[in-house]
Formats: sequence, C-alpha cells, structure tokens
Amino acid sequence: MTVTTMAQALNSALRDALDCDDSVVVFGEDVGALGGVFRVTDGLAETFGADRCFDTPLAESGIIGFAVGMAMGGFRPVVEMQFDAFAYPAFEQILSHVAKLRNRTRGVLSAPMVIRVPFAGGIGGVEHHCDSSEAYYAHTPGLKVVTPATVADAYALLREAIDDPDPVVFLEPKRLYFSRADVELGRGAKIGQAQVVRSGTDVTVVAYGPSVEPATQAAAAAAEEGRDIELIDLRSIVPFDDETVTASVRKTGRCVVVQEAPGFAGVAAEIAARIQERCFHHLAAPVLRVVGYDVPYPAPKLERWYLPSSDRILDAVDRLQWDDDPDTRWVVGA
Amino acid sequence: MTVVESAQPLLYQKFLPADTAVQFLDPAGRPVISSARYARPDNQRLVAMYRKMVLGRRFDEQAAALTKQGRLAVYPSARGQEACQIAAAMCLRTQDWLFPTYRDSMALAARGIDPVEILGMLAGDWHCCYDPKLHHTAPQCTPLATQLLHAAGLAHALSRRATGAAVLALCGDGATSEGDFHEALNFAAVFRAPVIFLIQNNGFAISVPLARQSVAPSLAHKGVGYGIGSEQVDGNDPVAMLGVLDEARGYVLAGNGPVIVEAHTYRISGHTNADDPSRYRTDGEVTPWLARDPIRRLEIHLRAQGLIDDAYAATLAAEAEGLARTVRAGMNGDKPVDLDDLFRHVYAEPTTQLLEQQKQARAELAGELEEDAQ
Repeated sequence: MTVTTMAQALNSALRDALDCDDSVVVFGEDVGALGGVFRVTDGLAETFGADRCFDTPLAESGIIGFAVGMAMGGFRPVVEMQFDAFAYPAFEQILSHVAKLRNRTRGVLSAPMVIRVPFAGGIGGVEHHCDSSEAYYAHTPGLKVVTPATVADAYALLREAIDDPDPVVFLEPKRLYFSRADVELGRGAKIGQAQVVRSGTDVTVVAYGPSVEPATQAAAAAAEEGRDIELIDLRSIVPFDDETVTASVRKTGRCVVVQEAPGFAGVAAEIAARIQERCFHHLAAPVLRVVGYDVPYPAPKLERWYLPSSDRILDAVDRLQWDDDPDTRWVVGA
Repeated sequence: MTVVESAQPLLYQKFLPADTAVQFLDPAGRPVISSARYARPDNQRLVAMYRKMVLGRRFDEQAAALTKQGRLAVYPSARGQEACQIAAAMCLRTQDWLFPTYRDSMALAARGIDPVEILGMLAGDWHCCYDPKLHHTAPQCTPLATQLLHAAGLAHALSRRATGAAVLALCGDGATSEGDFHEALNFAAVFRAPVIFLIQNNGFAISVPLARQSVAPSLAHKGVGYGIGSEQVDGNDPVAMLGVLDEARGYVLAGNGPVIVEAHTYRISGHTNADDPSRYRTDGEVTPWLARDPIRRLEIHLRAQGLIDDAYAATLAAEAEGLARTVRAGMNGDKPVDLDDLFRHVYAEPTTQLLEQQKQARAELAGELEEDAQ
C-alpha cells in the first residue's frame, strides 16, 4: 500500500494503459513536457515518447475531431480538455460525431476514445475555470459518462474507460485531484455499476464525483442523530445503474439526490424522476434534490454557499416526511 | 501581398497558389499553357475520367428526378461540378480515404460505391447506407467542415502506421468560414498529415455568395497562413483538376504535409431540389457557366485528340441510361423497416435502459397492430 493522490492514480492508469496497448495515445494541451496543468500526464511523454503522448495546437474542437480520425485509424485516443468550461468548443465534434459515428455507420465505424475533463468546482477557480457539464454529455445518446469519487476508483474507472468500446466522457473532480488515499491501485470499479459505499436502512442518498464526500460526511452526522443513511456512489452516470438505486430506495423508502450542477434539467432531476417512476409505492416521501442553484458558476468567495454541503444534505434528509407533516418549503406564502 | 516565410519554402513553392487558376483546357476545350507546372494525366485516364463524368451526371440527374417521385427526401445536386467530383475520386487509390460531404454523391459513385447504397441516406433508410470501411470512404457529412478534422486525424493515423495511404477531404466555399476548417488545416499542418483538402468553390453556400464568406485573394490563400501547400484550379477543367490532384497526392505522401486545393466551379442547380435560386441569383448569372461545362470541355479535347468518337459516345450514352435504369429499379419500392433498428448501434452493447425502451416500444407496436386487426 502506498499513499497516492487521485492525480497520481489517474497517471498510473494512463501509464498502465499505454504500457499494455500500443494503440493508446494521449494528447491535448500541455500534456507533454508540462504533464498537464493538473499533472495527470506527468512523465508520460518522457516514458512513452512523443508519438504516444503529445501536445496539440490549442483548439478543443480540433483535438476531438482529430481524435475521431485517429480512432477511425485504429488508435485509442485519450484526450484531455484542460478545464470543463474550456471544452465547449469541442461540443459539436462530441455530440455530432463522437457520439453518433457508430450509429450513423451501423456499427462499421466507431469512435472509442476517452475525453478526460477536469470537472466541477470547489477549488476557488476564477471565471471560466469551474463548471458542472455532466448533464450536457449525459443527455447525448452514444456517450458514456463516468466520474470517480475516490483515488482507487479513479484508477479502475479510467482503465475501464480506456478499454471500453464506446466513447467515454471521463469527469475528474478537480477538488479531488490532490486527495490522498493509502490504497493498492487495481481493477475493480466497472462502468455502469454504482457502488453502495455505506449501507443503511432509513434514507438512500445518491451522489457522484465531488458530491460523494459531503454525502459521506452527512451520513456520518446523521448516524449520530440516529438516522441510518445508505449512500450510493454512482461512479457511472451513463449507463445509469437503475438496479442498484431502485433496490436501495425500495428498501429505505426515502431518497435524496446530490449534485453540484444547477438543479434545473440536471442529472439529479432525471434520477428523481426515474425513482418516482419505479419506486412510487415504496416511497414515504418525495425524492428531494440537493443541488447547485440555477446561477452561472459563482465567484470563489460565493462558492461555499453554492456547493451542496453536508449541512444542506442533512436538511434535506430532515424534510423527508418523518412525521407526516407537509413540507412547508413549498407552501404558498411560506 | 505579404511575403510568407516558410520553414520549407522550396517544398511548397510549387503549391503556393498561382495568381490565376491552373488550367489545361480553356472553356472551348483548347489546350492552354498555364498548366506547365503539372503533368498532364495520360490519355487512358482522361478517357476513363470522361466516362465517369458522363455516368456521374446521369446519376445526379436520376437522383434529382427521384425527389420528384418522392423516393428521396431531398437531393443536393453537384451538376456542373463533375470535374471536381471525378478527379477527387480518381486521384485516390484503394487504400486511400475519401471524406465526402452531402453534395459529393457523384464522387462516391466514381469511387465504386453502389449508387443505391449512396442514395439510401437521402431515401431515409439509414444515415449512411454504404460500408465506409470497405470503400475507405467516410459517411457523407452534413455539419460543415467537421469532417476535415477527421480527415486530418485519420491521415495522421495512416502515416503513423506507415500505410502509404493518403486522405482527401471535400468541402465547399461556405465551409471555409467554419472554425473546424481552420483547425483542420492547422492540425494537419502541425502533424504533417498526408491529407488533401479540396474546396469546391461553387459560388454559393445555399443562397449566400462567396463575397459574404471571404475577401481573401482566393480560398486557396487560406493555406498560406497555415504554411501548407496551396493551389487554385479551374474546377471545370477536368484535365487540370486531375493533374493537380495527382500531383497533390504524391506531394502529401512524400511527407510534405497537407495541401489545400481550391477548385473554381459553379453550382448549376439549386442548393437542393427544395431550394429556389431565383430568390438570390439571375438566370443570366448561370448562363456563362453553362458554356464552361466540364464534360463538354473534355469531350472536345478527347475528340480533337482522336481518343473518342461518335461510336464511343453512343456506347457511353447507352451505359449511362443503363445506370439510370438500375438506380430507378434499386430505389423502387419500400424497404422493410424494423422497429428494433431504432435501438441498434447506439453503444457496442445496448444499455439496460435501451433494452427496456425497446421492449416497451415493441409492446406498444404489438398493441397498435392488434387494434388495427380488430
């Protein structure tokens, strides 16, 4: 066992993938000599050479479109978008080509690649350096959308993503890059399989990526108050693990979904809708969401009020109709 | 004009766009001398090109007619652009790759793809109905200029694998305003990818004329800013088109980096059958271009050289009619539609959600059929 950061775990995953598959290539902005602005590609160009890990011109659409062509030519590109909010120039390539190439050609061509995106907030990033863009990708059939919450999962899920025959948008929570864990890196987590990270009987809390940490804190605090939270880390937003989530909510009868992104039309809204469709007769309370507000990503000094905190999660848990009183939040004039 | 310093001035000087478009034949089919920089394709290839142009035009006409019969949802004709279309296909070898747009159906037919499979997209059968891997031809691309990046990436991949294969990507004048056009030229240049970017400048992006796309001296000049080989050609001169593209293929495969070729041509028909060109151009504007017809131009030249005669023309005309009949027969009748196709090829393996949705859709369809039967 060695103490490893998430950035190092991701680096190890890239290293091991480059090592065992000649077709894997890593490219993007500053991924070569610099090793990426978050150092995830540190030393890869040195070890594997400029043919396997290389800098590109500074143009995100170019990077993804070029990766489509390289994938057609038998390579397995793993590309880095420098920040979530800087990935938008590549949107058309991702939505119209990466996601659709398999479908358009009846499976003859496909664009298996991993699009690594530093994801979400909590790092005091100024201006366009933080965003939660998962819903855009999750709304696009043909893409898989994955986000790790732990150092161990970062390694395992990135290896899975690189091996996957479909394109994977791999969202790396920025504020966890330098989180540490004493773990043996290895395969384990699978795309499409959520993980029950804490089992409980009273409430299911569903979280992913950067929101798993506050949810974990909330679960610990709730336990002290005598509420037993079952915490699910989705790991994979698409494909979505209905089975694990549904089984949990049918057991607990209550559910809170957490995400950093603005709530309106977000992933949490989809999850809440799915649970209500599938678990209605098991529910003792409406499914509640603890989400970012419907505002542009705030300036660093406002960030702490924007991000879902364990306190906000606990407040939501408290509102789950424990005494059959109406939830006063939605009462007109309240 | 600014003098551009290049890392390899000698190498791409050959492709620095000429002040006027390269021409072998004038509009009356008479040889001209401005083409001296390029080798004239041999007689056999020119006869083959003529044949493919005649067949291409007949195919194009037949496809346009199929829209009137409701067999195709829409058809974007490339009438008048036959020299560009056929040269694009003919300069490539089997191992090379072609990246076409929606207007390049003639080029696909000339590459050997079954015309009925080509038209499957416009008939609404599937997005791409031919096998792109078998024909080394990407799906016809509708979002403008996006395919140029794929071409650059694939060219880089082919060169990394030392396949000796080149890539040719087609686009129009409108696409040169898109960001991806510029990113593709730049990526291809930086990675010295063996790709030819062929711009068919046909004067219009639907209704918007070239003057609203660019005030550059030529679209070929856009290559200069990226340090790549650039040339402009009379796009209605079949000999010039094939001569320049033959040269370009050798140039990119020699490791010189990409080439941009601008073909000056004209879209004789509307943007598609659904377009009304009278709203943005006069017939008087079209007429001079009819006199610059590429097929007629090559025919005069080949006849003057004694390479084809009336008998050849008659045989070819019969072959073209045969092709049109085959296309009509192939597009006649509705192909069966399968509900399950809706859920196919989204992922390598369907997700649980897709399987669920498929099951629900099947049940709904079965319910409908049952109601219909009652």
